[in-house]
Amino acid sequence: MSTIDARFRSTQGSFVLDAAFSVPSHGITALFGASGSGKTTLLRLIAGLARAPGSLSVNGEVWQDAQRFVPPHRRALGYVFQEASLFPHLSVRANLEYGWKRVPHVERTLQWDDVIDWLGLVPLIDHQPHQLSGGQRQRVAIGRALLSSPRLLLMDEPLTALDANARAEILPYLESLHRELDLPILYVSHALDEVARLADHLLLIDAGRITYQGPLVDGLTRLDLPLAHRDMAGTVIDTTVVAHDPQFQLTRVAHQDLLLELPGVFGAPGQPLRVRVAARDVSLTLAKPSQTSILNLLPARIIELTDDAPGQVLVRLALADTVLLARITRKSAHALNLQPGMAVVAQVKSVAVA
Amino acid sequence: MTLAVADLTAITLTLQLATVTTLLLMLIATPLAWWLTHTHARWRAVATALVSLPLVLPPTVLGFYLLVLLGPRGAVGQWMQQFGLSTLPFTFGGLVVGSIIFSLPFAVQPLANAFAAIGARPLEVAATLRASPWDRFRTVAMPLARPGFITAAVLAFAHTIGEFGVVLMLGGNIPGETRVLSVAIYDHVEALEYGTAHLLSAGLVAFSFLVLLMLGRYGGHWQKVAA
Repeated sequence: MSTIDARFRSTQGSFVLDAAFSVPSHGITALFGASGSGKTTLLRLIAGLARAPGSLSVNGEVWQDAQRFVPPHRRALGYVFQEASLFPHLSVRANLEYGWKRVPHVERTLQWDDVIDWLGLVPLIDHQPHQLSGGQRQRVAIGRALLSSPRLLLMDEPLTALDANARAEILPYLESLHRELDLPILYVSHALDEVARLADHLLLIDAGRITYQGPLVDGLTRLDLPLAHRDMAGTVIDTTVVAHDPQFQLTRVAHQDLLLELPGVFGAPGQPLRVRVAARDVSLTLAKPSQTSILNLLPARIIELTDDAPGQVLVRLALADTVLLARITRKSAHALNLQPGMAVVAQVKSVAVA
Repeated sequence: MTLAVADLTAITLTLQLATVTTLLLMLIATPLAWWLTHTHARWRAVATALVSLPLVLPPTVLGFYLLVLLGPRGAVGQWMQQFGLSTLPFTFGGLVVGSIIFSLPFAVQPLANAFAAIGARPLEVAATLRASPWDRFRTVAMPLARPGFITAAVLAFAHTIGEFGVVLMLGGNIPGETRVLSVAIYDHVEALEYGTAHLLSAGLVAFSFLVLLMLGRYGGHWQKVAA
């Protein structure tokens, strides 16, 4: 049973959290919602730092049910808080050792040197926490959590308290986290770009209730969900770098038989690259135009369309085994007489690295 | 002018009393302060007020009730006699009990403030890193509350040294047993031996000043590096 199953009901004043979900226990599951929607509360309930009636099991191991409540220190979890919260009275090394020393040798799933190297902590290890920058502190906090050999990593907006530079410093580590480690991560965020970049699965939470649980792409593009209607709405496609075009400075990527070109040189051939296509950068034609500045012309089929912002229509398109969103004017949709099931050509003006 | 043997005995006794009281007080005040900081019990306010009572009560009142309570006819005194123990008034043990109660708020308040200042987060972090509650207290709360522990111990020690009213009510004036420094000074003044009274008093003033000076310099330096 490689899933995380949770059901909680808690009342704090007028706020009611009534959340139930079941997500695969691999990859990164983003818990996304507005401030005050109950994301942190839910994460704390999962960690056992807060208590409310409910049930929770991780890979079949019961952490809470009607009879049992496993205290947080007996749960094999790691928790990265919004603020790094390093112990100020301990050196970086002693902070990293804190959880490491408390896990019996046989239960250790990660090696000390691997974590230290991977997070680039060697030059920091003999410092005191107050000597580190915000980004460095958060890296130590991530390492500290990993070294306690968690079977579930909980991250509560680990980038929110950081400035743009520090965020850019940490993000690649988080990205490689689920490529390098076989460790399920529950990642709380209210930043859609972070979610689009990192997540595999999505949990949407609104006013204490889970409103969507499932694959990321569906959560981003389903027209009955709020994310597709945001200004920055779009989809992500997990591609592989095929080749570079040195003359025109392009990167060619593929997802199954879908080929895309994006400006700039990214990655090495064979490397995975997640790209993002915004709904407002996709337009539709009925026939393939012969002379156009648009590089990516993709045959697609309309799944559904719905009204969006005033005068605009949002079209959901099937493309290979993935999904694309197009935001076009209602006038154009009417002129082309767009209907579900129709074959169209999606002109993708811009593809960006997620 | 030199000190008589009796005065030296009083000084030694005072230091003994302050040491024993401080050690016992830390054992009692630490869990009490922890509980006061973390409990949501309804009678937390009542407990806080009770602990703080010695701050405002005249020491004679405190000493009087302890004398009554611990004496041969008092509830505690009778209970102790049942177990074949001698009663506490007019003994060194009685002074220790009185001093602990008298100095309790001076130990509990700095500790409670220090525990509250740590906040919940470091302890939660430790919990997610597999530390049991006792482990968290020992390896996170105690080191982070170190300035509070220092303040509490120093204040309890100094306050016990300066204690007078409770001692007089509960312990009397038995040389080598209950005749502490403050009582000795009182005796010298009664006997118009102002020179000796000056010497002892000035020593006490200097000692107390030094203690508070050290406290200001070495207490509470963690706050600066809290990260």
